[in-house]
Amino acid sequence: MELFNIFIKAAFIENLVLAYFLGMCSYLAVSKTVTTAFGLGLAVIFVLGITMPINWLISELLLSENGIFGMDLTFLRFILFIAVIASMVQLVEMIVEKVSPALYTSLGIFLPLITVNCAILGGSLFMVAREYSFTESIAFGLGGGFGWFLAIIAIAAIREKIRYSNVPPALRGLGMAFILTGLMGIAFMSLMGIDPAALTAGK
Amino acid sequence: MAETTATPEVTVKEKEPLFGKAEKKLLLDPLGDTNPITIQVLGICSALAVTSLVYPSVVMAIAVVFVCGFSSLFTSLVRNKIPKQVRMIVQLVIIATLVTIVELTLKRFNYPIYKQLSVYIGLIITNCIVMGRLEAYAMANRPWRAFVDGLGNGVGYGVILIIVAVIREIFGKGTLFAGSPIQINIIGASNNEVGYLINTAAESGFGSLFAGYTNNNLMVLPAAAMFIIGVLIWIQRSYRPTLVDVS
Repeated sequence: MELFNIFIKAAFIENLVLAYFLGMCSYLAVSKTVTTAFGLGLAVIFVLGITMPINWLISELLLSENGIFGMDLTFLRFILFIAVIASMVQLVEMIVEKVSPALYTSLGIFLPLITVNCAILGGSLFMVAREYSFTESIAFGLGGGFGWFLAIIAIAAIREKIRYSNVPPALRGLGMAFILTGLMGIAFMSLMGIDPAALTAGK
Repeated sequence: MAETTATPEVTVKEKEPLFGKAEKKLLLDPLGDTNPITIQVLGICSALAVTSLVYPSVVMAIAVVFVCGFSSLFTSLVRNKIPKQVRMIVQLVIIATLVTIVELTLKRFNYPIYKQLSVYIGLIITNCIVMGRLEAYAMANRPWRAFVDGLGNGVGYGVILIIVAVIREIFGKGTLFAGSPIQINIIGASNNEVGYLINTAAESGFGSLFAGYTNNNLMVLPAAAMFIIGVLIWIQRSYRPTLVDVS
């Protein structure tokens, strides 16, 4: 149940996009239609779910003082994390291409974008800062990815509809997307009062 | 949407001045017409959450200017030696090294700010402006120009960051540069410990016009940064209708 709490917390209460503004660039650039947003969202869940446990292993086994090298190597954290993310994205791209060419053609262009998606690196850094355990880091990765997925689908759906509204010309497109994101952030804040531990304790 | 400005390489045979017209344009354009945040929509990710106070925003802006400028310089220096397939990794390693330098420097000299910025320092690595400028400019231009271009874009980013932070801090907290040695208290009810420039508790005078003023809690929320940037984009595009995108 502890893991479920972390998942819910990462997906809704501490949503990576709407509470921390991570992954904003691709969130704004790829949210023009729901279908593309859906593809990118799925890819982000996948990559977050994979890189998070790998980065946990790296920071525990290689970089910490109790690790293989027996010294504090945390200054290498950024370089190793980003290398893991870049190579994982590359690997995922190759596997998907081999296993499911159909999925590859629909995801293909978005996969390389994910390397520079701040939500991925941010997730790993949060994981270290909050001292999650191995299984917790998986739950956090999947939850964070799911939250990102929800947010990008929501903004894409709103942006598809708002095209028919009478927005002031200078505000059209980007300006409106910013304001909408702000409003969505406030809406998600109403979830902050939820205490996942209390929810599961009642059952 | 993320239109990158591909400045064509000027081929001039005679010796150029170190800081000529082209360099000036590279440095000043990102402040307005090609602003990384409001026009290119890059680099929003890493830093919006730090803009609730001015002081950490200034530190963040300086860090980004440093990383952006020097990563452009170093990438440009080795640009002819990088194989095309692995160029992303090479760029990321250069950026990550510079960010590590920034992180360790902050940790040593200003620990409170280091704590406050926490993961956002590391996130400069995935700040799209840095990578975007490397891809769009530094990979195809000489080191000095690339350096100036990187600095210009870093400053363009920092300026927006600081504008947003100033608005948020004045209206949200009634102070400026809170937490730094030069804290200024702008508006609020003075008491024995703190005095404000506009004292809303005053019986008479200018401050009494603001009697009953309270800080706007909306400005403290992260969402306020989105609203402010949305409005900044609105203002900028009202003056430059050519920048409006229709999507």
